[in-house]
Amino acid sequence: MIDKLSWVAIYPEIVLLVMACIIALVDLSSTSAQRTRTYVLTLLTLAVVAVLTGIAANDGKTIYGFGGMVVSDPMGNWLKCFATVALMVTLVYGRPYAADRGMLRGGEMFTISMFALLGMFVMISGSNFLLIYLGLELLTLSSYALVALRRDNAVASEAAMKYFVLGAMASGFLLYGLSMLYGATGSLDVNEVFKIIASGKVNHQVLVFGLVFIVAGLAFKVGAAPFHMWVPDVYQGAPTAVTLLIGAAPELAAFAIIIRLLVEGLLPLAIDWQQMLTLLAIASLLVGNLAAIAQTNLKRMLAYSTIAQMGFMLLGLVAGVVNGNTYNAQFAYSASMFYIVTYVLTTLASFGIILLLAREGFESEEITDLAGLNQRSPLYAGVMAIAMFSLAGLPPLVGFYAKLAVLQALIASGQAFYIGLAVFAVIMSLIGAFYYLRVVKVMYFDAPVTASTVSAPRDVRTVLSINGLLILVLGIVPGGLMTLCANAIVATLAN
Amino acid sequence: MGLLSLAIWVPIAFGVALLAFGRDEHARGVRWVALVGAIVSFLVTVPLYTGFQNGTAAMQFVEKASWIARFNVNYHVGIDGLSLWLVLLTSFTTVVVVISAWEVITERVNQYMAAFLILSGFMIGVFAALDGILFYVFFEATLIPMYLIIGIWGGPNKIYAAFKFFIYTLLGSLLTLVALIYLYNKSGGSFDILSWHKLPLGSTAQTFLFFAFFAAFAVKVPMWPVHTWLPDVHVEAPTGGSAVLAAIMLKLGAYGFLRFSMPIAPDAAHEWAWLMIALSLIAVIYVGLVALVQEDMKKLVAYSSVAHMGFVTLGFFIFNELGVSGGIVQMIAHGFVSGAMFLGIGVLYDRVHSRQIADYGGVVNTMPKFAAFALLFAMANCGLPGTAGFVGEWMVILGAVKANFWIGLGAATALIFGAAYTLWMYKRVYLGPVGNDHVKELTDINAREFLMLSLLAVAVLWMGIYPKPFTAAMDASVTELLRHVAISKLPR
Repeated sequence: MIDKLSWVAIYPEIVLLVMACIIALVDLSSTSAQRTRTYVLTLLTLAVVAVLTGIAANDGKTIYGFGGMVVSDPMGNWLKCFATVALMVTLVYGRPYAADRGMLRGGEMFTISMFALLGMFVMISGSNFLLIYLGLELLTLSSYALVALRRDNAVASEAAMKYFVLGAMASGFLLYGLSMLYGATGSLDVNEVFKIIASGKVNHQVLVFGLVFIVAGLAFKVGAAPFHMWVPDVYQGAPTAVTLLIGAAPELAAFAIIIRLLVEGLLPLAIDWQQMLTLLAIASLLVGNLAAIAQTNLKRMLAYSTIAQMGFMLLGLVAGVVNGNTYNAQFAYSASMFYIVTYVLTTLASFGIILLLAREGFESEEITDLAGLNQRSPLYAGVMAIAMFSLAGLPPLVGFYAKLAVLQALIASGQAFYIGLAVFAVIMSLIGAFYYLRVVKVMYFDAPVTASTVSAPRDVRTVLSINGLLILVLGIVPGGLMTLCANAIVATLAN
Repeated sequence: MGLLSLAIWVPIAFGVALLAFGRDEHARGVRWVALVGAIVSFLVTVPLYTGFQNGTAAMQFVEKASWIARFNVNYHVGIDGLSLWLVLLTSFTTVVVVISAWEVITERVNQYMAAFLILSGFMIGVFAALDGILFYVFFEATLIPMYLIIGIWGGPNKIYAAFKFFIYTLLGSLLTLVALIYLYNKSGGSFDILSWHKLPLGSTAQTFLFFAFFAAFAVKVPMWPVHTWLPDVHVEAPTGGSAVLAAIMLKLGAYGFLRFSMPIAPDAAHEWAWLMIALSLIAVIYVGLVALVQEDMKKLVAYSSVAHMGFVTLGFFIFNELGVSGGIVQMIAHGFVSGAMFLGIGVLYDRVHSRQIADYGGVVNTMPKFAAFALLFAMANCGLPGTAGFVGEWMVILGAVKANFWIGLGAATALIFGAAYTLWMYKRVYLGPVGNDHVKELTDINAREFLMLSLLAVAVLWMGIYPKPFTAAMDASVTELLRHVAISKLPR
């Protein structure tokens, strides 16, 4: 007998699933190249879902449903809410681009995106290894299809293939690690596993062996070095609208399963996974920042920048448990959550600009394609500059507070090693500043190649302006979002 | 909203408005709005001086509100005798710079003016901030408008200069960020600068903090040997950018020493004073000699800035009242004088489009009014009594002699080198027969340039003849600072 509370825990997912199916049917009768009806319906659905998750998040209640299979807690609900909004923004930015390239000849892009979002929701709310894995597969299978949406385009097909092969391997890793844990603990339930491990009756060696595979699988998903190989190729090869689809919202879901698996499930093994994450973070910061300098392709540069940013985000996760003491945990994990949320916000803006500048038959992928953007459109150049300065971590933009929070978490640990890590991280962000500045330089200092002004549909223009403004406003008053992340993490840790 | 908040946010508001509504089609209107903005911004800082209580070291015009509750960060501003004149200098310089750009900048006027107005607000924010994060946010934020100013309106090698400026100064300040967070944790969760002053710290921690601050502030001042960015940047920056950079941005670093390094890590400051004095003396003497051989006017003034800022840091680290007050007076004086020197070079550059000394000669014949102004500023630059340049240098030398005769002697040689490079440049550019056809065709300064230079001339003379308002405001704060620094913070 399934109790009423279980349904409460998953009703946003139900709305999403039902509407995705309805929209798929409605789309059959649509013939327009722009798919306006499908688009509007999708956005409306997503808006409703965002509001539902927002209300649930604001409630602050933690509900377990279906015998502990799913959990609806503030962290999960906020991440769902942000992921939904991110997807809405992505679709707004991506629609003109996709329409120009014949990607809207069928309405799949909208429905598959909704299924991808459903996958993220399941990942975020899963409190059971199998369920988390199912959500992950739903997301990644949808993503493979989206990358391959331009099936007549060789580059995109190649990217889809790479993504599929490497992604399948990563899923295999994760699944193998989870099965080791199941073998050792005899349970698939995250909280149950936590209790069994904390009791100390389980063979440590087997657990760590499984943990290695889990961390490797997660690193694949967030694109941390040395498991980053797919990121540049897929970012560059996929149609830009899809790059944004797989580069923005899913990062939030990936963060959620890191918290679910490593913190909620395996916190007693923190000393082991913290070491692994430290190495991943150092490698990501090095590889991402150094390789990004050499790039001439903007999408590829942003891919390496993503790797570096993920490295910084992981740094927040390594300082949670110090000498077996978890007093720093809420600061550390909420810093990472703030980091990932603001990162997604900034990524939306930067890819939004790339999508905007792309026209029919012209991709606008090279950094030099931005030349003189300030003369062509001060507004869009301003938005891009704000995004770049924010990624570089300069105040008064939101990216600065993200870095500040992570550095604070590291230094608050009081360990010399972590303080050294903080110094390393700031030196790496100095190197990072160079390539972000180069984008600003091209936009502001170089002469434009074409004099044509940049035009955009009204919805894109409005959303993009708000997006840019939000990066600035959150940089001036970051307190609210910080407190939100902190409360969400505190509630999660309390369970 | 308090007066200090107005001083910070009024120029920023005008700048944002210009960015949002200004277009090159109505550049004339943009210039007037910018000028009004700059003047209003200056006027709101005047009550800070008239309402300032001399004789107390306490913070005045304090405003405090919670900003980021999670990290106990407050919007906490206030000024004392150390920062009062720097705030006024900033708003005053902005007015002059806006006037200086009037017909010179014809492209993207709104962005140019907005950059300077916003920059002005940020810099006042640095001088007024009493919260570590607030300070850091303003300190770093100044990089963005300056980067754009150099990169968009700069000379042929502007890109190199813009990047050098940005990366160089960012490296230093990022280490400072680590230091600020360290202090936050050490003080039990507070970013309040004044409470950091009272925080006991061990000697290792103090040394670490001292050098972390040193990384940011020494680069900004700039002290030898991390001064190499300054000449490159000055040469490429547009006139207004050079003027603001020399007049105010360098002071952000020197001010940092007063507000952070010395009071927070007093024992380390004493311990490493020899190093600071040595670096300052090298800046004064060696960089002074380097200035002597420059062939580019802007480079010459840039090196002279490094030498003059050497006086400032020298004054701070001899730890007596004359030295510290002298250093602060020198900061203000250098703000007026170096700003004037760069704007003067700008006047010539607008007409001839060359900064090479060799391309001039006998300018006095065609531009007598301008040459008179230039003479005044040149004299101020070499520290002639009766001009602003004299007061600070004299105080620092006196203070140095008190501390140690040889340090004083070393510092005093700067007066000789200063006179040498400045007057020699003056002779080669302005005196003698008309050098070439370009000089022959020069027209003397117009009313706008006359206004701009006279504003600075008045300031330079006023400060030289009657420095009392400047020193009187800072006396109590300097005494308090020295008293504080003399007490060891090592845990017993």
